[in-house]
Amino acid sequence: MVLFSTSALLLLVFIYWSTAGYMLRQADETINAEIKGLAERYETDGFKGLTAQLAERLAAQQPGDSSIYLLTDANLSPLLGNIDRWPRVPEDARGWVNFRLEGPESERVHTARARAFALKGNFYLLVGRDMFELQDTQHLIVRTLIWGMAITLALALLGGVMMSRSMTRRIESINRTSREIMSGDLTKRIPTTQSGDDFDALAENLNRMLDQIELLMDGVRRVSDNIAHDLKTPLARLHRRLESLRGRESRNGLNQELVDSAVQEADGLLATFNALLRIARIEAESRREGFGEVDLQSVLCDVCELYGPVAEEQGLALEPPPKTSLHMHGDRDLLFQMLANLLDNAIKYTPAGGRLRISVNAANRRLAICDTGPGIPEPERHKVFQRFYRLDQSRSSSGSGLGLSLVAAVAKLHGIKISLADNAPGLCVNLQLPE
Amino acid sequence: MRVLVIEDDSDTAAYVAKGLKEVGHVADCASNGREGLHLASTETYDVLVVDRMLPEIDGLSIIKSLRNSGRHTPALVLSALGEVDDRVQGLQAGGDDYLVKPFAFSELLARLEALVRRSDIEVPATKLKVGDLEMDLLARQVRREGRVIELQPREFRLLEFLMRHSGQVVTRTMLLEKVWDYHFDPQTNVIDVHVSRLRSKIDKGFSDPLLHTVRGAGYVLRAPE
Repeated sequence: MVLFSTSALLLLVFIYWSTAGYMLRQADETINAEIKGLAERYETDGFKGLTAQLAERLAAQQPGDSSIYLLTDANLSPLLGNIDRWPRVPEDARGWVNFRLEGPESERVHTARARAFALKGNFYLLVGRDMFELQDTQHLIVRTLIWGMAITLALALLGGVMMSRSMTRRIESINRTSREIMSGDLTKRIPTTQSGDDFDALAENLNRMLDQIELLMDGVRRVSDNIAHDLKTPLARLHRRLESLRGRESRNGLNQELVDSAVQEADGLLATFNALLRIARIEAESRREGFGEVDLQSVLCDVCELYGPVAEEQGLALEPPPKTSLHMHGDRDLLFQMLANLLDNAIKYTPAGGRLRISVNAANRRLAICDTGPGIPEPERHKVFQRFYRLDQSRSSSGSGLGLSLVAAVAKLHGIKISLADNAPGLCVNLQLPE
Repeated sequence: MRVLVIEDDSDTAAYVAKGLKEVGHVADCASNGREGLHLASTETYDVLVVDRMLPEIDGLSIIKSLRNSGRHTPALVLSALGEVDDRVQGLQAGGDDYLVKPFAFSELLARLEALVRRSDIEVPATKLKVGDLEMDLLARQVRREGRVIELQPREFRLLEFLMRHSGQVVTRTMLLEKVWDYHFDPQTNVIDVHVSRLRSKIDKGFSDPLLHTVRGAGYVLRAPE
């Protein structure tokens, strides 16, 4: 905007300089031509001829005509002319005199520009012009230019505002679509205006990119489905054969404990496999068909009710959650799974005699599950949501290392923000629910 | 009971059929959707086991067309895709239960028996009785040998489910789904703690235990012979 106004101003200054300057030069040339004409007349017809010519010109002068003539003798006493006396202003370097006219009829001060000329025989001739009209014109030009400038700036401002508005709107529509896609809806596309401008080109490119991403995501999903199908079938067969061995051990003298532990290993393998696939599917989930209004308070109560006896058996005190009203849009089973995994972890890692607390802040839509266990050291906190990540001190205990990954996947699907904090001693898992 | 197994994986089909025959049931097998739909709509079965992904006609379409033609034979859907919305789709199509492969045969058997039993006795009972254990559903009271047993609300529902399926094996997953009404994957055997609490209330101090653990499968509530 600053750049634009500066260049507009420069342009106007240039226009003023060239028009007003041209008029001034034009006036000067007229005076020079007149002097030349009069001087030639003097050369040919002598003093008489000159005075006759001057008198003729003065007589022909209309009121409002701007020519000025003054003929003087050697003492600068006026002989003939339409001004009273020789101006008391010195000539400038190029022989021009700029002076004020003092006429009785002039309400406003008129300035004049004239040139003196010495004639042979000690006469002086002053030929000039009243610059009043020229100045008037100049003022008019300046006024016009200022108005022009003001209108130009106003139009530029208006146009700029409108353009940036429409630009902001289109950028915002791209941003909105991006946000929706980031929250998991890969089927969304950026709307185009069919005007074929740069924004449309950008939107079309982005949309093509999204098509490509969607295609790849589908491919990933198909691959993982195929893995599930292809690898789970032989695993299932193994599991089945081991199971059918169970009934026969007495007949064939098989070791029952060995068969049982083999079945358990196969079960564990399948469970890990299932959990991995499940996380992958939840993470890639874009359709949310299972979503509905969930009474989170009752889900929380059910989790506590289910895990309460387990906590009690471990010698832990589990405080029931406070009674509030808390609802959210989501998948009831997945939310239950998330809370169950968190509570299960808290129970698993808190030594006997510890306390577990579930706090609910319905106004801020915040949940916290806190224990008095060993906690998680600060540098490790962000890593525990990774697949198969386990803290050194928990490597010996049971579990696949996928529980918290599943929690993170479910939370992301629902727009829940998880943070881990120190319960001094112990761990606090804070869940910030979406509005 | 008479079971139709519609499954294209011959290994799974054979495993299921063999298992069913071993425990005294009759099993027919169909290896593609068309044959399966034909058998299911011309023969009479107590329960269907239908794989979701089948050649020619997929499992959910078979169930839909059976339901549309007025056949309400209970159906259990088998699937390799264990996701929540898959289960929702399966149940919306008219399936009565959903089981993810690979499964233990005991889990399948328990669910099939529960489905057949459900279609037999869905009459609203006011009193349930297993051996000398009695449950009054109206007064919400449980007695054994005439002695009142105090139960928590959830323990009451757990016992009610076990009594309604007395003599049948019920699995842990079935209990989570039917008593707690959540489909989820517990990392630890949370159900065992609840069952052992219930057991200590109904069996402790009585001569014959009613609630038994079935190794590798689940639990069964059974009157002493």
